[in-house]
Amino acid sequence: MSIGISVEHIGADPHGDRGGPAQPLLTVKKLVKHFDLKKSFLETLNGGGKVVRAVDGVDFKVLKGETLGVVGESGCGKSTTARLLMHLIEPSAGEIVFNGETVGSPALPLREYRRQVQMVFQDSYSSLNPRLTIQDSIAFGPQVHGVPKREALTRARDLLARVGLEPSRFAERYPHELSGGQRQRVNIARALASEPRLVILDEAVSALDKSVEAQVLNLLMDLKDEFGLTYIFISHDLHVVRYISDRVMVMYLGKVAETGPAEALFERPLHPYTRALLSSMPSMDPDHRTEEAPLAGDPPNPIDPPPGCRFHTRCPHAEAVCAQQVPSLESENGREAACLIHEPGSGHSDARAAIYAA
Amino acid sequence: MSTAITAPAAVAANTPYERSAGFWTGVLRKLARDPVAIGAAIVLLLLVAMALFAPLLTPHDPYQASMLKRLKPIGFENYLLGTDELGRDMLSRLMVGARLSLFMGITPVLIAFVIGSGIGILAGYAGGLVNTLIMRTIDVLYAFPSVLLAIALSGALGAGIGNALLSLTIVFIPPIARVAESVTTQVRSRDYVEAARASGAEAFTIVRVHVLGNVLGPIFVYSTSLIAVSMILASGLSFLGLGVKPPEPEWGLMLNTLRTAIYTQPWVAALPGLMIFITSISFNLLSDSLRSAMDVKN
Repeated sequence: MSIGISVEHIGADPHGDRGGPAQPLLTVKKLVKHFDLKKSFLETLNGGGKVVRAVDGVDFKVLKGETLGVVGESGCGKSTTARLLMHLIEPSAGEIVFNGETVGSPALPLREYRRQVQMVFQDSYSSLNPRLTIQDSIAFGPQVHGVPKREALTRARDLLARVGLEPSRFAERYPHELSGGQRQRVNIARALASEPRLVILDEAVSALDKSVEAQVLNLLMDLKDEFGLTYIFISHDLHVVRYISDRVMVMYLGKVAETGPAEALFERPLHPYTRALLSSMPSMDPDHRTEEAPLAGDPPNPIDPPPGCRFHTRCPHAEAVCAQQVPSLESENGREAACLIHEPGSGHSDARAAIYAA
Repeated sequence: MSTAITAPAAVAANTPYERSAGFWTGVLRKLARDPVAIGAAIVLLLLVAMALFAPLLTPHDPYQASMLKRLKPIGFENYLLGTDELGRDMLSRLMVGARLSLFMGITPVLIAFVIGSGIGILAGYAGGLVNTLIMRTIDVLYAFPSVLLAIALSGALGAGIGNALLSLTIVFIPPIARVAESVTTQVRSRDYVEAARASGAEAFTIVRVHVLGNVLGPIFVYSTSLIAVSMILASGLSFLGLGVKPPEPEWGLMLNTLRTAIYTQPWVAALPGLMIFITSISFNLLSDSLRSAMDVKN
């Protein structure tokens, strides 16, 4: 996959990449998921009850070969976004474009998309069928896509060896006979078995203890290089996200607050929410303890989100205009932030100053 | 032990794959350590053997009546368990009666297990409107007490073994379907089913590979507990004259015909009831043990 790829070679590219390395692998446009609340009879008559706006118009891109970290408080829509990306739940609106094709279009049917995108779940135990040996679990995906059983099992054993589990000892074991870290390695092998391009890791290391977590993180980074993978790494652990991610996306209440390269975002956050989130991060240095008070209270209810900027109810820089105007995701130098301070002419008193500072 | 440690990795790769005990092997191993389960299993095996070999074991002809030896007590001459109201040997009749009674207890539950599991798994996996339609229909049947439903259906269909079996099957489909639906709904939301969906598998494949193995166990355990109920209901139908007809020996029917003798020969009259009790409690104890043996958390 060299940069100077010629036209004839595009067809021969094992991944069938389209548009070269600069073209994003995954583009998500205005993704929306509203969950219906149980309606009362009267509300049905009135034309619909309330909805939970779990994901409310999310736009982002994932570049080829990068790791996109997704962070945010519980309930901000991280996991719902992941499940929407896998089409495990149907989006209410929006479009997912994978490798230049809209998912679900004739050019990229859902089944083929699902081979190329795989997911690793948080709970290593409940994500493995207790009645199947782990090699059968790993071989299931390829078999669904027409790989003969014998070949699928060979691939499963190779992958087990690759994730650090001796096949002769582990291939025919059952999930309950493995430790949490071993099971998560199996889940990673399972995700890789159908030779995906993109792997969504939904809190994949959060349930592991710290030493095992580090091993699995390193394994993930090795596998990424070896198989040319792209990761979406969802986590609430900011240290881990900073360690593994190339770019980071911060979500708040079903919307994207900020995206940017990991180092830049952690060093100099643009959005007040990102700043608050980072200041809640426990410091590793006892001489520089976390002094600034983290955000007070809980995020507002996603059934009835605040108007304007969703963060204005908790934002230290909030002004009257923030409650009226919805900030758009302003892009500059590869960084994006949905904040009126960074939107020229938004009416926020700090708006100009911030632009000059940037 | 020492060879395993010193053996180099290359040799280990050539050794046959380590096979760990499967799920059912583990269940059997746990059952073998449970004295209650062993006891119940032995009693049931004896009952089944007795039913199978009844014609070879009976000391007397179970149909041979004698006006002179009516309602004799336990231990009378060579009648070990006495005689019934027509002077027939109780022991022989109880042995032969086990055939029909066990058959009437197990068959309806088996058929209902197949049909009820199918309905329940379909409803549970499909969810949504399909689930609502199926389960509300099932609820209509569920609303009747099982005894009344069995009697009503049997009464409507007419007396006879076939109709009794049919009505009992219909009685047991709703509770089994309900259990199947609730277990399937739980399994459906597990991450491994999500992961299977995420790999692009068809619903049928997911049910076959990932759902069936995890739901059939609990449904089976529940169904075995229904065998006792089925036997009692079948006996009840025979008692009412809706199931087996005289002179066929069947425990429920025997209980019915002997009820007039409850004051003259209470012990003899209670014998068929005792057999029903022993059989049903054995099935219940075994299914209880099976349930705890299948609990993976232990």
